[in-house]
Amino acid sequence: MAFVNLKNKDIQVKIVYYGPGRGGKTTNLEYIYKKFRKRINTEMVTVKTHGDRTLFFDFLPFDIGMINGYDVKIQLYTVPGQVKYNATRRLVLRGVDGIVFVADAMAVRREKNVLSLKNLQENLSNYKKSIFKIPCVMQYNKLDLSEQGIPLLSTDILENDLNSQLKRPFFSASALKGTNVVATLKKIITMTVASIRRDFK
Amino acid sequence: MSYTLGQKQLDRIEDILNQDLIENGVRCVFLIDMAGNIIANLDNGEKQHDIYSLAALAAGNFGAVSAMAKIIGENEFSLLFHKGKKENIHFNKITTEFLLITIFGNDISLGFLRLKVADSVEQLKTILEPLLSL
Repeated sequence: MAFVNLKNKDIQVKIVYYGPGRGGKTTNLEYIYKKFRKRINTEMVTVKTHGDRTLFFDFLPFDIGMINGYDVKIQLYTVPGQVKYNATRRLVLRGVDGIVFVADAMAVRREKNVLSLKNLQENLSNYKKSIFKIPCVMQYNKLDLSEQGIPLLSTDILENDLNSQLKRPFFSASALKGTNVVATLKKIITMTVASIRRDFK
Repeated sequence: MSYTLGQKQLDRIEDILNQDLIENGVRCVFLIDMAGNIIANLDNGEKQHDIYSLAALAAGNFGAVSAMAKIIGENEFSLLFHKGKKENIHFNKITTEFLLITIFGNDISLGFLRLKVADSVEQLKTILEPLLSL
């Protein structure tokens, strides 16, 4: 639910990083925070448990500058990936404008990705939103693990499992090393802003 | 749902918040939606808070409390209050989609604040309710 403020000429846009637990959603935000530290004038907010897992969400406001005379403020959120935290995941999705689905490319996590995507679909339908309509980018994370000999799912398998019907843009990425983290972010911002613009026409 | 508020509506909202709350000694007041977007924010100039983070956490917090209400069989808790040593924070829901948050010191009593907040909420409703049908 983007909010357009005609007085201050700003638009607030909500983008949520979704995906299975330990998939790298928080790592994505941490990389963005580190990389664009100079442009982000607040601290990244995280609500974590003792075990350093996301409990509620991470939050990072990100100013991308002016588009058509409007100051566009992107609010990045992550959800807690652990299955038991579905109630909080649903809360974070409230008013979402765009989604990055961070899938875990490790072979052992194949089923978890599919379940998480299904869960996203269910939670979106709660807000009368469709996964087929909302701007969405797929990110196949943990590319760097192949160097350590950890078996990864091929892009073809991931595409087939997760994106064969959705047909969304996808990136193979390493959130830890920063590979394609910014590319993913740019893509979702472009898609979301375009979609909001269509809404207002 | 995306929505827009024009200059006139925002001016009116700020007038209400200024007259009812800031002029009565509230330090900081902001109106947000449940997605965590900030619609209006005013303060008495003493202290600047990181309002974007505050709004995101407030919306999340309120959502969590509403979910708790449902579990114990309440439809909702329409207001929340956190007491600190020097600063206190008060949340009041407006319709299903908006939240009014006030930060105030110990020089204002909670009863007086609630009275003033209730006044503002009634007036804000007339501006915000039409947005729900969009």
